[in-house]
Amino acid sequence: MKVRLRNPTRDIEVTGPKTVGALLAQLDIVPESVIVIINDELVPHDVRLADTDEIEVRSVTSGGAT
Amino acid sequence: MKCRRCREPAIIDLRRHNAAFCKDCFWRHCHEQVKRAIHDFDMIERGERVLVAVSGGKDSLALWHILHELGYAAEGLYLGLGIGDYSDESGRFARDFATRFGLVLHEVDLPGDVGFDIPDGSRAARRAPCSACGLSKRHLFNQAATQLGFDVVATGHNLDDEAAVLFGNTLRWDAEYLGRQYPVLPAAEGFAKKVKPLVRLGEREMAAYCVTQRIDYILDECPMAVGNRHLHYKELLNRLEDSSPGAKAAFLFHFFDKAHQHFADAVVEERDALEACTVCGSPTPAGECAFCRLQARATRSDAIPVSIGRRPV
Repeated sequence: MKVRLRNPTRDIEVTGPKTVGALLAQLDIVPESVIVIINDELVPHDVRLADTDEIEVRSVTSGGAT
Repeated sequence: MKCRRCREPAIIDLRRHNAAFCKDCFWRHCHEQVKRAIHDFDMIERGERVLVAVSGGKDSLALWHILHELGYAAEGLYLGLGIGDYSDESGRFARDFATRFGLVLHEVDLPGDVGFDIPDGSRAARRAPCSACGLSKRHLFNQAATQLGFDVVATGHNLDDEAAVLFGNTLRWDAEYLGRQYPVLPAAEGFAKKVKPLVRLGEREMAAYCVTQRIDYILDECPMAVGNRHLHYKELLNRLEDSSPGAKAAFLFHFFDKAHQHFADAVVEERDALEACTVCGSPTPAGECAFCRLQARATRSDAIPVSIGRRPV
């Protein structure tokens, strides 16, 4: 599957099928720090991803000290 | 995974709440959390005019959208910080949002209206960029609110922002900052009321809210903030949250309930003793306020320009 990671933007290939949770674990990404999007729609962590899916893993962490 | 409320397919799972929601029930959840924050902390009275501090990022745009949906008279203020392409792009997101929903957006341009931008200003004043930026935002948002007749300034600080700030303040046991950290700062002479209605919602929920509402926001991180301590604290707290869901909310809200009062008295006394700044008239402990001192140093003719992304010495 094609995975686009944000901040900074880069594209990687990951072998499927696997769940969103398993994908994040494989990439050592803390689930609390991202949302996962397929075709402009959010998906929860138990959704099974196919090899043909194009996935965006978007960081949600932002901001300087105020 | 099914929605906890209606059993339709879920689009997001929130381990902190031991729940998953479909789109409609997630929006309802976000609205309810904001309503509860406003109610619990007496943030906004019906009929009060609210100025939303808008950055073009997910939190401030989601906040503006939610307040609008809840029926508050909320207008936006965008502060152009002069941080190159980042500021150009974030300003476009703020304007596009206001146009789409027919809302009023006020604008202040730091380089054009005040005479310096954050990269050069922080360098000239020998302050960290995030420090100069925070100081400028607090001063200019308050000034705009009082001049334009708004009762309340609402900022998009969320649960993650506040937990990270609390973590940093606690590591240093900074009593003054701990005393100031609260979701509402009441109005006082020269100060509009300041509120943080997103304090019960995490930044993952705010990003999800924008994606599901089709609200476009700036995805890039501010180039001046990259690598700062605040982001490192968020990363640490997210690791903790992963192994102990609800830890961030417990840390923050138990502070508000049990500890904040022990630090608050000094802040009230300090606020009561303020005088008018000799330059701009804003409240300050004595003489020139911190923003006027920053402005004076940043606009000196010998100030050294810097390029975006360079760290201050």
